[in-house]
Amino acid sequence: MIRLNTEDYPWKSGMTVRSLLDEKVFTFRHIIVRVNGEYVPEEEYETQLIQDGDDVIVLHLMAGG
Amino acid sequence: MGAILKEYRYTPAKIVRGYSGKSLYINVSDLRIEEKTITEFMKEKFTGGKGFDLWYLWNAVIPETRWDSPENEIVMSVGPLGGITQYSGTGKTLVASISPLTDIPIDSNAGGYFGPLLKFSGWDAFELQGKAEKEIIIFIDGNNGLIEIKEAEEYPEDSHVLAEQLTREYADDENDMVNVSVVCTGSAAKHGFMGMLNFSFYDPRRQTVRFKQAARGGLGTILCDKKIKALVVKYKGVTPNLNNAADLATINKVGVKYHKEMHDLDSKQNKMRQIGTANTVMIMSQYDLLPTRNFQTGGDPEVVKIAPEVFINEWLTQGLHDGCWYGCTMSCAKCADHFLLTSGPYAGERVTVDGPEYECVAGLGANLGIFDPQAILEENFYCDTYGIDLISFATCTAFIMECRQRGQITQEQMGGLDLRFGNKDAVLELLHLMSRGEGFGRLAGLGIRKLKKIFVEEFGADADLLEDIGMEVKGLEYAEYAHKESLAQQGGFALATKGPQHDEAWLIFMDMVNKQIPTFEDKANALYYFPMFRTWFGLVGLCKLPWNDIVPADNHKTSEPAKVPEHVQNYVDIYNAVTGEDIDKDELILQSERVYQFQRVFSVRMGKGERKDDYAPYRSLGPVSREEYLSRQDLYDKQLSELQGLDPEVIDLDEKIAKLRAYREDQYEQLMDAVYRRRGWTMNGIPTPERLREIGMDLPMLLEVVEPKL
Repeated sequence: MIRLNTEDYPWKSGMTVRSLLDEKVFTFRHIIVRVNGEYVPEEEYETQLIQDGDDVIVLHLMAGG
Repeated sequence: MGAILKEYRYTPAKIVRGYSGKSLYINVSDLRIEEKTITEFMKEKFTGGKGFDLWYLWNAVIPETRWDSPENEIVMSVGPLGGITQYSGTGKTLVASISPLTDIPIDSNAGGYFGPLLKFSGWDAFELQGKAEKEIIIFIDGNNGLIEIKEAEEYPEDSHVLAEQLTREYADDENDMVNVSVVCTGSAAKHGFMGMLNFSFYDPRRQTVRFKQAARGGLGTILCDKKIKALVVKYKGVTPNLNNAADLATINKVGVKYHKEMHDLDSKQNKMRQIGTANTVMIMSQYDLLPTRNFQTGGDPEVVKIAPEVFINEWLTQGLHDGCWYGCTMSCAKCADHFLLTSGPYAGERVTVDGPEYECVAGLGANLGIFDPQAILEENFYCDTYGIDLISFATCTAFIMECRQRGQITQEQMGGLDLRFGNKDAVLELLHLMSRGEGFGRLAGLGIRKLKKIFVEEFGADADLLEDIGMEVKGLEYAEYAHKESLAQQGGFALATKGPQHDEAWLIFMDMVNKQIPTFEDKANALYYFPMFRTWFGLVGLCKLPWNDIVPADNHKTSEPAKVPEHVQNYVDIYNAVTGEDIDKDELILQSERVYQFQRVFSVRMGKGERKDDYAPYRSLGPVSREEYLSRQDLYDKQLSELQGLDPEVIDLDEKIAKLRAYREDQYEQLMDAVYRRRGWTMNGIPTPERLREIGMDLPMLLEVVEPKL
């Protein structure tokens, strides 16, 4: 289990930032990802592994209309 | 063309640090024209823009005033930052009046050139009161200090022909057309309550007049009622420092920094320069936020047909500068050129369609079940030229369609009009009926609140169902975001002062996706800060879009990225540089709150603005129908289980809907309590004298309104 935006979310072996975003259908391009408080640049989404127990924040930067 | 009824000569005031110090008053009943002085009191308490509008409006009306009372005013103002050309989005005009839809003050804003040219002509604000005997046009010549009122009955009604004719008439030649701006509405505005105002600007590259709209709340209907066919302003000689700013160097520096951001980052962020606000249509659908078939669901597989790429690749002209005021590098006012109309009085003509913006694609498309870009563009064009607020029209028509879907109204009762989801021809025909004031078009233009009453009393419809699915609060139709799963946005809409428009707060991602504001207090803080911050744009004459539709590359490193701190600082710096004042970001919020609380008290004075007026239709809070529940059954069952401790396996569908409803309505009540506390209101939604005192707004006239309500 990981924490995703303050809520529990199932962890899978081999989970990366990219696979998590795909799974959640987080398609908005303007987001900020932090794993355990550390900012993850977009070019590392494919390679950044998420470990069981990690605290992941995916901030969508949209304040709308 | 048209006999001159009145001429008035004046000496245009010089603008000093953003203010001309003068406002213009015209009473169209007796053609009286007066000049007023902008006082230091007005600047201190109301800053400008919407603040000035509301101040003048308060002084013009009494609690019994309604939209069509002669004393009701249309007031417009541009704000102290309006018209600077070094930063994006500085050409907004703010308009206020007592709305025919809500009976309380409505404020709406538009781009286009009118506001800045009005200020450069010597006027910080413009009041229109009374009712003319015959249709008139008011012309302001800012270079020669002349105001002219003339008869207008021979002029056409629809905006695209009227504004083109007036622009050509008042311009000296082709090159002079950019110096003329027109405010007008269209043929439908006089037949319903959702008439809007078009604000023009001439596009020399396309050689056509284009429009931005102050659309919400029936302002065009009021213009018609006053028999004002158009306002025209002409000012030649726009230069970078007509505001006589205190510190032009700082404005230039901040502007250059911002324009570089826009140039470097827009293609990686929101693509505002390619598609404008409609860039979010697919995103909204993917996150279940795109209102579909009267907000029943939040997306549809067919949305791909009206995706941004479709409009970019097939319909919208690319590569032209599309700013609606000088200096705007966001350039988001896109348009479809040489568009061939297929219906109505202009069928067969090729026109330029301004838009579509997000609200247009979401409202006239998905919310009506129409996934056809050509149809959306044609609806867009006719809403604009007929002077119809497309948000109210879309949400109201979606309501009618669902009434039909659920057997609450028949095709016969709609005069034979086959208004069902997806029927684009019927929607276009409805627009043409509204333009002519015929048949069901007369009813549809009255708005949801009045239609609910008519459908129940005359057609025998189910009153409770219509209350649940009629997406209006305070009489104003909802803007186009599905938001059932965001409690904060439920409040963002229903607790908005003028009615459910998203320009006060858009918190869906912060709340529903990011989970940044989990508690009632968190949500209340957001429903304090963002409405106050956003109000400020309307005080100073700025567009909201450059604030957060592009953000600095290192915005993610800030502690509060949703607020875009660097851009907030830009606004503080520009304000100080224009006015010579020395505010900080906290004083900026205080400026806003003074006007925000004033507007709430104004609503109370007009008979609304209490807790009873802040309730949302249940469609805003949760699933009304079985189909809606079943469309997201896993989510709702999980909530029943986790939040209410119920076992969804042993409860039938109707009971699940009822249990969820009881929970969500209670959550909304708790949200109201928290927001009222944060805003310094009583539990009945009345601003307290203590709070008014804290912000320097304990004016006797406000205390007289709130004290009897305590």
